[in-house]
Amino acid sequence: MKPKTADKIATTLIVFFALLIVAILIGLLGYILVRGLNHISWDFLTSAPQKIRAGGGVGPQLFNSLYLLVLTLLITIPLGLGAGIFMAEYARPGKLTNFIRLIVEVLSSFPSIIVGLFGLLLIVNYFDLGFSLLSGAIALTFFNLPLMVRITEQAFRTVPKAQKEAGFALGLSKWKIVTSVLLPVALPTIITGTILSAGRVFGEAAALMFTAGMSSPRLNFSDWNPLHTSSPLNPFRPAETLAVHIWKINSEGLAPDAIQIAAGASAVLVIMVLLFNLLARYFGRFIYRKLTASKRIN
Amino acid sequence: MRGKTNTKKIEKHHIEDMVGRIYMSLCVLLLIVIIVSMVYFVASKGIANFISGEVKLTDFLFGTKWAPEADTPSYGALPFISGSFLVTLLAALIASPLSICAALFMTEIVPGWGKKLLQPVIELLSGIPSVVYGFVGLSVIVPFLRDTFPGQGIGVAAGALVLSVMILPTITSVAADALASLPQNLKESSFALGATRWQTISRVILPTTMPAIMTGVVLGMARAFGEALAVQMVIGNAPFVPRSLFESASTLTSVITLSMGNTTMGSTINNALWSMALVLMLMTFVFVLLVRMLERRNKI
Repeated sequence: MKPKTADKIATTLIVFFALLIVAILIGLLGYILVRGLNHISWDFLTSAPQKIRAGGGVGPQLFNSLYLLVLTLLITIPLGLGAGIFMAEYARPGKLTNFIRLIVEVLSSFPSIIVGLFGLLLIVNYFDLGFSLLSGAIALTFFNLPLMVRITEQAFRTVPKAQKEAGFALGLSKWKIVTSVLLPVALPTIITGTILSAGRVFGEAAALMFTAGMSSPRLNFSDWNPLHTSSPLNPFRPAETLAVHIWKINSEGLAPDAIQIAAGASAVLVIMVLLFNLLARYFGRFIYRKLTASKRIN
Repeated sequence: MRGKTNTKKIEKHHIEDMVGRIYMSLCVLLLIVIIVSMVYFVASKGIANFISGEVKLTDFLFGTKWAPEADTPSYGALPFISGSFLVTLLAALIASPLSICAALFMTEIVPGWGKKLLQPVIELLSGIPSVVYGFVGLSVIVPFLRDTFPGQGIGVAAGALVLSVMILPTITSVAADALASLPQNLKESSFALGATRWQTISRVILPTTMPAIMTGVVLGMARAFGEALAVQMVIGNAPFVPRSLFESASTLTSVITLSMGNTTMGSTINNALWSMALVLMLMTFVFVLLVRMLERRNKI
């Protein structure tokens, strides 16, 4: 074959496969949204699920997902920032640092089901927290922490060195430089990364099945005292999230409209993840403009 | 000098500095504690059956019969181990060529709008939750396979197809980074010799970036190997060593997902499930090790 013909064939194939991926995504999103949007209504989003009858909603599950996300981020962000800043600014190159880096890498590549099993063993059984929102949040922290550490570390590394040196030249302490000079510059990147990781947490199910549980007790949405057992805010109650719900009705759902509910819930989940993606893109830019005098984002 | 200031007067910013440093060290310490206890707990549960002698290690690893509720229970995990490896390899085989083409499209064919088009696509694909992939697999891929091939549609083929879409973004983004970081003059010298674009890609670009692309493939395989729910929903969950791609089969993750909740802690079957979790964990170590080796090769 002539090299030119081979080149043309190869180029066509590459373009074809690349566009195929685009088509897969469009097909996926289109399928989920078209099938699901019909079923989404205000009633579907707010009412409780039905076991055997049709017409159940996903209200409690949606609330659980959001609440669990908030709890997880409350634990993950401070820990991830601390460890990430340590890795970026304090750790000296050496055996210990390499070891910590290896740990972060291993932890982030553990399958989420292993994280869930470990949560079951340690938090649910050993610490006796039972199937609860708190157990779920801790398990999700194990799952999300390495990502958070990596995001923070990379964000701090992109800050221009001159800014840090200027701080030292002013005689500031290292802590002051980290919190007042580096953090504001790194924050947009950190926020973008955090929101993206939040999307991942929101859709996670395998780590939650054995920690947050697969049941949702009756919730009283007029009682906001976190200590009451039927209060939605009580962190010690079992909580089935939206993602776990989709899995459960697909594998053992008895309601006659289980498929439609799964489609609707999938659409809600995907829309939420899309929102997280958009938010990540624009919110980071917005914060950067607020915190610094510059209009440029690197 | 430090001692001098300390004896004189401890200033506010020194305390701040100390507190900050202690806090950050505690965070890192927590990371280490998490991973050590994770390995310890899963491993101690995973080897319980072998230590008590209820199940022999060779019977577990190479036994083809999983019948924990039979009169003479047997705990062979080969059906699940082979299922896991099979779907992972197939998924990587399907996804790698597609991903490499996508990466080439982004960096070599149309570097401008190709990247603008595919970057968000890749990000969105990686953002879709795994249960949604499972749901779409169950309602699109399984019926399609049922109509085109013999069998029920569920099985290794369905699992591998769902997984391949899930690992596309991982491989593509790593491969695209590798291609983008290739020195420009390598390509230019090839073009200067009169090579066509495909000759340059196949003889210069791909061979040079192969270790980096393989890193992406291994990362994708690690994700596929550990993925639980999406696979569980489409693979059928029959505990047999797969003989055909279109027959119901199982993976390590799928059997753990299904059975862990229904067994009592400490029973032999429960401990056998923990042994499977240990296999998953050991495979994670293998994947991390492979990635490290490839990265080292890439540096030279």
